[in-house]
Amino acid sequence: MGELPNQIVQGVLVGGLYAMYAMGLSLSVGVMRFVNIAHGDLIVLISFLILTLIHATGMGALPATLIALPIAFAGGYLLQRFLLQRVLGKGVLPIILVTFGLSIIIQNGLLGVFGADTRRVSGGGIETATLKIGGGINVGVLPLVIFLGAIAMVMALDWLLYRTRLGARIRAVSDDPATANLVGLPSARVYATAMGIVGVTIAISAGFMSIWTNFDPTAGPSRLLIAFEAVVLGGLGSLWGTLVGGIIIGVAQALGAQIDVGWQLLAGHIAFLVIFLARPEGLFPKY
Amino acid sequence: MPRQSRLWIVYLARAGLIAGAAVMAAAPMLFATRDVAMLTEFMSLLTIAIMWNLLAGYADIVSVGQHAFVGVGAYALFGFAAIAHVDPYLSIPLAAVVALVVALPVMVIIFRLRTAYLAVGSWVVAETIMLAAGKLAAFGGGSGISLPVSVVRSFGHRIPERYGTIYWIAFAVAALALVATWLLMRSRIGLGLTAMRDNEEGAGVVGVNLIGLRVLCFLWTAPFLGLAGAVITLQKLRVSPPASFSIVDWTVYVIFIVVIGGIGSFEGPIIGTVVFFLIREYLSEIGVWHFIILGALSIAVVLVEPRGLWGLVRRWLPADVIPNSRSRRARE
Repeated sequence: MGELPNQIVQGVLVGGLYAMYAMGLSLSVGVMRFVNIAHGDLIVLISFLILTLIHATGMGALPATLIALPIAFAGGYLLQRFLLQRVLGKGVLPIILVTFGLSIIIQNGLLGVFGADTRRVSGGGIETATLKIGGGINVGVLPLVIFLGAIAMVMALDWLLYRTRLGARIRAVSDDPATANLVGLPSARVYATAMGIVGVTIAISAGFMSIWTNFDPTAGPSRLLIAFEAVVLGGLGSLWGTLVGGIIIGVAQALGAQIDVGWQLLAGHIAFLVIFLARPEGLFPKY
Repeated sequence: MPRQSRLWIVYLARAGLIAGAAVMAAAPMLFATRDVAMLTEFMSLLTIAIMWNLLAGYADIVSVGQHAFVGVGAYALFGFAAIAHVDPYLSIPLAAVVALVVALPVMVIIFRLRTAYLAVGSWVVAETIMLAAGKLAAFGGGSGISLPVSVVRSFGHRIPERYGTIYWIAFAVAALALVATWLLMRSRIGLGLTAMRDNEEGAGVVGVNLIGLRVLCFLWTAPFLGLAGAVITLQKLRVSPPASFSIVDWTVYVIFIVVIGGIGSFEGPIIGTVVFFLIREYLSEIGVWHFIILGALSIAVVLVEPRGLWGLVRRWLPADVIPNSRSRRARE
């Protein structure tokens, strides 16, 4: 007794990290109507940037992540402005092919520069600290911080999209780019800004991921698949739904790992496929 | 020089294609064993490339999970030949049947996704099938298993003989894939597919059954991918989840081949496969950088000439080298 509730709690907390991966994807899917195949690889790329900053200067993980934030914003902005914008609105094939090519370039570029070794960033003790809550359940401080971070990220993005002028512009361009252009909105710049914000979510999740889990240059695709599952399960465009989707995958994996460690990943995918077949529009669809 | 006066180039290219096919048909008698092995891989990749082109280039099904069916074909071949002791030659077409049967539930899942999400959705399905294959104890679990010697021997006792037999099977599969898909494209169905490629909404308006054509194309590709998986297993002599379901070998390379060669044309996959093998032969020693070159090249193709190398050449030619469109023939 006590083992199963404990596993579920751990699964929920892991779901917070998955939701962080998924938040940027949810934003790019909702606003730009495309699935960025390089999303996972961008997370891994920023993780290696953080790792490099730490190794080069000896700073901690937190300042390194803070430095990565503006870099990731600029990276996302430029990526959208000079590459993705050129193939937007020409159907799904070009955008999939370009982000697919980008994914392969990032993976192999990292392999060439850093080698195939598995990496991890030290969080300065936070990764081993735990809190005892009743009923034999121990909660790691880091997973709890990440989970609360995911909730904060949902609230911040929700506020940004629905309470600010920038959010109104992003939604206008997303709903109808032609009309948005007509009333004088610089749609290319609005899209680029949205992608910059996606970059910020990528940097935050990269910072947490690099402390909590091992990563290597080829770790991107598995992050992409989990992020995609969370977005689709939650319902396209719904940020709270994405959080719930991430939690479902996390709990399914934790329960799968109870049967056998080898079942962890498979259980997450199976849970996704079953729920998707039952509710193809997701749990909280917005569109 | 008017385009029409370059028609002799088209005829020359057609003659070259036929001569190339004749040389390929006789390859085991002409080339060394090492080259025959390389050509066997060529035929398998060509088969997979033709199928991905049919899906992404015509039917608007941009899948990143077609390696699933290659893996299913590989495992089915092992299951029939090594576990059920079915005749190894008979096991090859049976592998195609299994791939087709698996394609049905996969289709039910991924066709529920809108086109933009189908790519990653098909990848999730492929990943799930691969992980499930790793749970099959009779197939060696996660680390895989080798084909029994008795099965391997039935394709030839000595190595050159066996390589020759497997090559001819690979050649037959590629030829079947090419000719059958070509006949499909020349039929009424192909006319609908070409219309879909050029303008999907317009095709729907004039009465092309978009969903029916998508279903047909998806089910069309699965058995051929299964055959390719069976041939690949005969050549590699073992099955394992990471190798039989390799996304790099059977999806990443294939996408590069079709995009660089020319998506949405019949010549594209052939040109792309030739270019890919040239790049691999001469650039494989630079390791990860050949991936980066292929990735950058394919992005450049999408930005500059979405119809790939063949699209560049086709601008200068009055006709297709492989004539597959009745409408275009009628116009000329």
